[in-house]
Amino acid sequence: MGLSLSLRKTFKGGVHPPENKELTEHKPIEVLPPPSTVVIPVQQHIGAPSEPVVKAGDSVKIGDRLTEPTGFVSVPVHATVSGTVKAIEARPHPLGTEVLSIVIEADGEDAWSDAVQDDPNYESLSADEMRQRIRDAGLAGMGGAAFPTHVKLSPPPNKPIDTFILNGAECEPYLTADHRLMLEHAEEIVLGMKLILQILQPKQAFIGIEDNKMDAVEVMKKAVKQVGVDAKVVALPVKYPQGAEKQLIKALTGREVPRGGLPMDVGCLVQNVGTARAIYHAVAKRRPLVERVVTVTGRGVKEQKNLLVRIGTPFSHALDYCGGVTEDAVKLIMGGPMMGIAQFNPEVPVIKGTSGILVLTEREARLREPGVCIRCGRCIEACPMGLMPTVLHSLVNNKRFDEAKEYGVLDCIECGSCAFVCPAKLPLVHSMKWGKMELGRRMKKAG
Amino acid sequence: MEQRMWKVSASPHLNDKESISKIMWLVAASLAPAGIGAVYFFGAHAAWVIFWAVVAAVGTEAAIQKLMGKPVTVSDGSAFVTGLLLAYNMPAESPFWLPIIGSIFAIGLGKQIFGGLGYNPMNPALLGRAFLLASWPTHMTIFKTAPHGGTISGIDVETGATPLNLLKLSQDVLRQVKINPAEVPAQKVAEATEHISKLYDAYGNLFWGKVGGCLGETSVFLLLLGAAFLLYKRYIDLRIPVSYIGTVALLTWMFGGTDGLFTGNPLFHVLAGGLILGAFFMATDMVTSPITPKGQWAFGIGCGVITVVIRLIGGYPEGVSYSILLMNLTVPLLDRWAKPTIFGGAAKK
Repeated sequence: MGLSLSLRKTFKGGVHPPENKELTEHKPIEVLPPPSTVVIPVQQHIGAPSEPVVKAGDSVKIGDRLTEPTGFVSVPVHATVSGTVKAIEARPHPLGTEVLSIVIEADGEDAWSDAVQDDPNYESLSADEMRQRIRDAGLAGMGGAAFPTHVKLSPPPNKPIDTFILNGAECEPYLTADHRLMLEHAEEIVLGMKLILQILQPKQAFIGIEDNKMDAVEVMKKAVKQVGVDAKVVALPVKYPQGAEKQLIKALTGREVPRGGLPMDVGCLVQNVGTARAIYHAVAKRRPLVERVVTVTGRGVKEQKNLLVRIGTPFSHALDYCGGVTEDAVKLIMGGPMMGIAQFNPEVPVIKGTSGILVLTEREARLREPGVCIRCGRCIEACPMGLMPTVLHSLVNNKRFDEAKEYGVLDCIECGSCAFVCPAKLPLVHSMKWGKMELGRRMKKAG
Repeated sequence: MEQRMWKVSASPHLNDKESISKIMWLVAASLAPAGIGAVYFFGAHAAWVIFWAVVAAVGTEAAIQKLMGKPVTVSDGSAFVTGLLLAYNMPAESPFWLPIIGSIFAIGLGKQIFGGLGYNPMNPALLGRAFLLASWPTHMTIFKTAPHGGTISGIDVETGATPLNLLKLSQDVLRQVKINPAEVPAQKVAEATEHISKLYDAYGNLFWGKVGGCLGETSVFLLLLGAAFLLYKRYIDLRIPVSYIGTVALLTWMFGGTDGLFTGNPLFHVLAGGLILGAFFMATDMVTSPITPKGQWAFGIGCGVITVVIRLIGGYPEGVSYSILLMNLTVPLLDRWAKPTIFGGAAKK
């Protein structure tokens, strides 16, 4: 007991939103039958878009490569159903714009590409060969940010990684995709982690899981022993945003990623549990990222479920499978309620970073008109980055962007803790995003 | 899927159940024990002072918002709280027009002129009190009603002086003796000594509220009940009350006696006067106190220093209101100085 208490380190700030995980945490992952048409955007990751190598009329099988990456920080996308390429055109994307997408009509045969083959000797591959397979499989971080995985796994030589952290915190309320993945596929996750450790050769490794998932902690501990990797499974106290990269590193190692820096600046590298499993699939089975677990939840969905969904599946197809949405559903969100992105078109496709499809009822969303700041200071106490959200809010809204920069607007991780606690319901994160965007635009202009 | 209009907004898509009006009305509720106590100790007149102050505060806010063509927001409870706090800072026997004028000033020139809730630099209720104290000093400083089951001074002497005032008068006598013994009659000295020793024995009366004073400030017990509720709800934080009261205790212990350093009585100074009301309910006003933890510590210490300077050196027996008002003016500076450390800001790149 004394030891486990001493391990309960944490970060400053944070909030405790209602978890609402009970809606889906006991629901095993179901396979969602593929839709008749998938829409696969050429850009689903942070970085340069990839370029189509197929044309309308081509027939494709699951796992066939559809695009070529256009730079180092870029990954390809793959066919997720077998069938015919119908069109290559701009389609609505869940990040809010229209993005060039490859539309495939399924032939119903669901046949896999011949290139997808198990490799019994995968463990003897070199680190570079593994990275190549990871890139070829189109992997981008599946926790939500979707940064190309092979880039993250290629730290520059002057930034040695001594600590690897597997992120199973899943601190977003409502979402249980990672939780179910750990319960049902612990071994594959740990096998993926073993490959990461082989590539990076760190001195220590952690698996961080919030302690509202003690069953997952136990399962992962068992898997770690079984697979034989040297990693410490740590139950972290439930506090949002425990799974944010910088906060997770702080909680587990006590190290603070410097302002404007990256985890590798403090010798750390973090990967999500879903990504680790995809790495195993990519390296050992040469299997590209064509599907992922998505939590379809919120009280606005008739039957909440955890689904294994093909990339490119329209949200509406998944929602229909879950019985549709209720009368009082008002908000459709990709991701969790704290950082997810509100959608206005249910035809947008599931992409690599889609961890959840959340439908909130009027009661859950509690839409309110913003009031005025009464300087209660709750946002400052909640901010895990040590910022003054209300001050930034008024600086940005008065277009005093340079001062906002001085006050640290660029350090904001957009976790939403401030706006969650604000009694005046000010759109604080909205202001932060605006401030960051405007500053980014200026920096670009200045070169 | 059928067509429908989905609502779109920036994240987060959840918010907790707090709201400004919930905070304000619960602050008002936390002041209820002291208000009920005021009516018990000082009689129905106290209820009328509270009534007129609240009605005038709410009415003034509504009238100004109407005139300015702005939405009327009196239901948020903030004007109600201002009226309540102003009344608590007035003698129970105030004529009915006094709280009315005070509230009109507090809301009109203390709050609405700056743009209303959230924009006022100083605590409106205290500003109203300061205005009344400057304009009708006799009405505001002479206490005629003895509390139910007690005396104005809190001891068995009927003087019309509140405990702090009686202490100040008595200590002045003792100090005079030291400078010019020939001019002070021995009887006066004996009387002053006796008063001080009795005052320093009257903790019970001070704690329960069996002393004279402004109607809402006298019962430490009832005020602490409300404060405990606010602390439990986390609407106030201990930083300001602790630093404020701690500073007053320390400085009055050091300098509050007549026999040299560390001969003062800190407990008496903490329990007497308006310190508890001020430290828990007025210095903690969200709008007019610093927004960062470090700033709040500094703010409380500043309030404590000014209070003690006024109590021990100034012309008034009590300095809580002015100390808070003066410190309100330092808030923008404190906020600028006391920025929290940004995550990763201490680490070297």
